[in-house]
Amino acid sequence: MPTASSSVPSQGSDRKDLSRPFRKSSLDVASFVFGGLTGLATLLILAILAIILGNIIWHGWAGFSWRFVTSGTSQGMFDVDQAGVLPMILGTTARVMLMTLFVLPIGVITAVYLTEYASSTSLFTRIIRGAVNNLAGVPSIVFGLFGLGFFINFIGGGIDEFLLPNRPEPVWGKPAIFWASLTLAVMTLPVVIVATEESLKAILPGLREASLALGATKLETIVMIVIPQAMPGILTGGILAVSRAAGEVAPILFTGAAYYMASLPRALTDQFMDLGYHVFILSTQSPDIERTRPILYATVLVLLLLTLALNFVAILIRARMRRKMRVAAH
Amino acid sequence: METTHRPIVVPAARAPAPGNEPGPPAEPLIKTEALALHYGQTQALKNISMEIRERMVTAFIGPSGCGKSTLLRCFNRMNDLIHNVRTTGQIRIAGQDINHADVDVIELRKRVGMVFQRSNPFPKSIYENIAYALRLHGTRARSRLADIVERSLRQAALWEEVKDRLHTSALSLSGGQQQRLCIARAIAIQPEILLMDEPASALDPIATARIEDLILDLKKEFTIVIVTHNMQQAARISDHTAFFYLGDLIEMNATSTIFTNPSMKQTEDYVTGRFG
Repeated sequence: MPTASSSVPSQGSDRKDLSRPFRKSSLDVASFVFGGLTGLATLLILAILAIILGNIIWHGWAGFSWRFVTSGTSQGMFDVDQAGVLPMILGTTARVMLMTLFVLPIGVITAVYLTEYASSTSLFTRIIRGAVNNLAGVPSIVFGLFGLGFFINFIGGGIDEFLLPNRPEPVWGKPAIFWASLTLAVMTLPVVIVATEESLKAILPGLREASLALGATKLETIVMIVIPQAMPGILTGGILAVSRAAGEVAPILFTGAAYYMASLPRALTDQFMDLGYHVFILSTQSPDIERTRPILYATVLVLLLLTLALNFVAILIRARMRRKMRVAAH
Repeated sequence: METTHRPIVVPAARAPAPGNEPGPPAEPLIKTEALALHYGQTQALKNISMEIRERMVTAFIGPSGCGKSTLLRCFNRMNDLIHNVRTTGQIRIAGQDINHADVDVIELRKRVGMVFQRSNPFPKSIYENIAYALRLHGTRARSRLADIVERSLRQAALWEEVKDRLHTSALSLSGGQQQRLCIARAIAIQPEILLMDEPASALDPIATARIEDLILDLKKEFTIVIVTHNMQQAARISDHTAFFYLGDLIEMNATSTIFTNPSMKQTEDYVTGRFG
């Protein structure tokens, strides 16, 4: 190709033609096609998202009202004029927050161990890393069964048997918001661990050295220098965990979600009503699906808005923290 | 060279360091004997025996990879952080074997401060950068913290530039200011020895000159060991110079001798710029 060869400095036999135009010689078909494909793929995703959201908002708006989100569902769970989702909103919010309380400390401590203490090449560390990665690939219904078998039957049942032996009914050995949140925490653990590890690794080694050289212990360095620096990354992990957990139904199916409860949960050992599970109930248990459909859509809309709101709160906290660091840092 | 702003009021005098009482010419403050260090299979330091005098500036020079930074990091045991490092021989600081099992490395690092090649202030305020180590080591009273922060910044010739913005981020400072902050941070906890690993290599000539002035000033109070690639710098600021090559201590002597009348051919070649 003449254009290609002339752009390479020649071996001195002929002088460079300085008047050669910069104009491009031909259309670059490959990059045109590839660029078009990437654009189309992006558009497709946007279109799918728009269709889903548009559909939900369009249909959900009909059943959506102030009364709907502020009242319980004492009668007529499937009746547009009487249904309400406040207990489900509260239940889902509570289980997500409880889960965050469990998953953040455990995940952060695990990640700190993996990056700061464990040798990255040891067999033990490799096994933990492998386990974390595999945990991320386990189907959520399996987590639900695990929660039932391990948390409720084994731990909860054990507590009842050995610590509370004279109760007529199980206290801990039954589905409860506590066990549902723990199950969700186990499920979202890998997200938090990976996000925390990444942010710990991104911290300049010079900062750790500076602290150690001043006579700080390793623990002091981690607590005072490393973790504060990693906080935005840790919160990103928390945000991802919240997003994942808010809409999950399978892990709480056997571990805490209730079909119907006359009152709100008052203790950690109570069951709760959940938005995602309620969507499932509405779409499978209704005697008259046509009459229930507006509630179904509205409930889905509420679930979306709640997930958005929970995320928004977490993002606000992170932004505040970043700003604080910048004020300290600029 | 400009004059540095030495504080007019010198704050409370330091208690003399152990082994620092007036009397006959004291022991060298740092003394290594047959010190060798391996990274895995690679030997980084070979049979180093040297003495470093108190309240002097000792410069380590030599081409890259000659082991000078490694040796510096032996003095506060920063090499402990690296896996696979094996040290033999002895390092005595004020007569104590610092690799002895009884030695508390935290205590050692409080007494042997370090300034790194790349300035590494914490992403906190200027004030907090200095207060951090003070708090860790038990100074909690606000007024006392404020006093030490001011004194340290004055000693590091940074006070005038930052006194109105102590609570802004250390990262907003220029490179040279950041490095002086790191020096202030290191001297705030009153070490006896200050290790400096190419402290000016990332700085422009003006900032470098300020650091050099500062070092000359600090040696009245601290024993300074500095690694440098810059031969003029070694000649300007140090009292003693040690020349290293491939893990060996080739020659150590008064700086003027090293630069004008070295006894080894390799040293002469290096300081005159024929290799390295």
